[in-house]
Amino acid sequence: MEEAQKYVWEGAIPLQIHLHESEVTTLPTPPPALILAPRIGYLPLLIPQIKPHFSNALPPGSPDTVWFDYNGLPLKWYIPTGVLFDLLCAEPERPWNLTVHFRGYPSNILVPCEGEDSVKWSFINSLKEAAYIINGNCKNVMNMSQPDQVELWRSVLNGNLEAYVRISSKLRLGTVGDEYADGGGQGQVKTGRVPVRLYVWSVSEDFDDLEDAPQIDSWDKISYINRPVEIHGEEGNYFTLQDAVKSILPEYFPNKSSTKEESSRDEDENEQTVPSEEGEKYLSENVDTCYPSDNVEIKLVRIQGIEPKMDIPFSWVVKNLTNPEHYLHICVCLKVPQVL
Amino acid sequence: MSTKEESRGTLSSTDFGVAASAFILNWNTICSSFPQWTWVLSHHQVEGYLSLENILLSSTQEEHGELSFPGPGKHSHQEDPIDVDDATLVHINPCKVHYYDLHIIYCNSYRVPVLYFRAYDNDGEPLECDEIEKDLPAYSKKALSDSKWTFITQEEHPYLNRPWYKLHPCGTSEWMKLLFHADDDALAKTGVAIELYLVAWLSVVGLVVGLRIPFEMMKQL
Repeated sequence: MEEAQKYVWEGAIPLQIHLHESEVTTLPTPPPALILAPRIGYLPLLIPQIKPHFSNALPPGSPDTVWFDYNGLPLKWYIPTGVLFDLLCAEPERPWNLTVHFRGYPSNILVPCEGEDSVKWSFINSLKEAAYIINGNCKNVMNMSQPDQVELWRSVLNGNLEAYVRISSKLRLGTVGDEYADGGGQGQVKTGRVPVRLYVWSVSEDFDDLEDAPQIDSWDKISYINRPVEIHGEEGNYFTLQDAVKSILPEYFPNKSSTKEESSRDEDENEQTVPSEEGEKYLSENVDTCYPSDNVEIKLVRIQGIEPKMDIPFSWVVKNLTNPEHYLHICVCLKVPQVL
Repeated sequence: MSTKEESRGTLSSTDFGVAASAFILNWNTICSSFPQWTWVLSHHQVEGYLSLENILLSSTQEEHGELSFPGPGKHSHQEDPIDVDDATLVHINPCKVHYYDLHIIYCNSYRVPVLYFRAYDNDGEPLECDEIEKDLPAYSKKALSDSKWTFITQEEHPYLNRPWYKLHPCGTSEWMKLLFHADDDALAKTGVAIELYLVAWLSVVGLVVGLRIPFEMMKQL
């Protein structure tokens, strides 16, 4: 197995979890729980470890659904733990201090969660979506046998990469990147789509240290973009991470293909953004809706806690840094001239 | 819309925009006395979605749980009830009045439109899942109970960071394929296919929440 994938599966975030002060009924206040959370896991899956730690301190009566917040921001439980950390801690905080609540689930903000079942459902659903993006259908996922489904989920729960690979290889979810990641052979020229989830936050002022980066105090400050990246076989290793990120942010990085009417997906051109006469004409016509590409700067790109060089072949990133549901989660910080 | 897309029942993001413009134009023209659809921009004015808000759902004796047009919605300017094609005059129980917001959002992954909706009562309080289920037409309820996890689910709205109800897009392309290839004239219709995509789509999807497309619009298909 690829070294990189092993590291990804073994990656973990040290958490220091505090019970919310409104729910503490004992003196002294219970100490925080210290937990090592797998990057590829999800916060609700940690509840069986956390709950016993605080059960003595909780007020009487049956508890509500458990939820977490970071500096007051309720955390979306269906986003992998590692992604939440990469996104919300510009300067990585170790341990990561989170607050746990056993009451007052903010159901006007957070989608309901019924523990492991909800997380599993969300995972399988994302896997289906990824399968559709890669293969054009979700048959392989829908037709998984019950034992296979159970084993796949267990392998994710337990961080068992070997078991995971065994089951997931049956799903045939290799992407177009595979042909190039293994040493740049010519392989078959193939156009394909790669499942990507982009989390974009914008700043209008420069900062030198990540510590000075503005705090994210609301989910409205983050643009969540669930758009597949299109790879064209001919580009192979020349299609970089930077190309990929820019290709799914046409609002910031308009490219030539967006000025033409999309005739057929297969004929789309995914070129690098180069200020050209055509490009500038497009920009000047739509000056209110597009930022000129030279004023928008990619300040930070983080995947699995790594900040890769932007010219790294995208195929390598796809092959090694995707999550078990076959999605590549990318956190991006953009510097824009004016934040909306 | 390329024949490839059409044969799969899917459409591209650009085509969705075209279909949406055509849909709004048609609806707001043909059904000018009905609540109007609007196009809402997000993601820095590049992506957009269709929105129809404050729709009144009323219970009649004959057809339980159907979105009727026009309903005296919260912001309605109509004073007299106007006959719909099935001419139901509605006695509305104020306590049972439920309002719905409908958003039609393009899904980049499945390349089809997806219906998101939410419901609330007279006071603006969101409705519980079981209250919404009661509003749904009988055939929806059956499908809902048969496969709870794959039909209507509560998920986060792609742009609004709030939980909304979503109709799962999994099978959409399958039945859209059927709609567009129902007869041999399908090829002849290719030229206007995109513009009609949303009318066709909503005529099926809308049924789930009891939204009937006015007959005038259906005539085009």
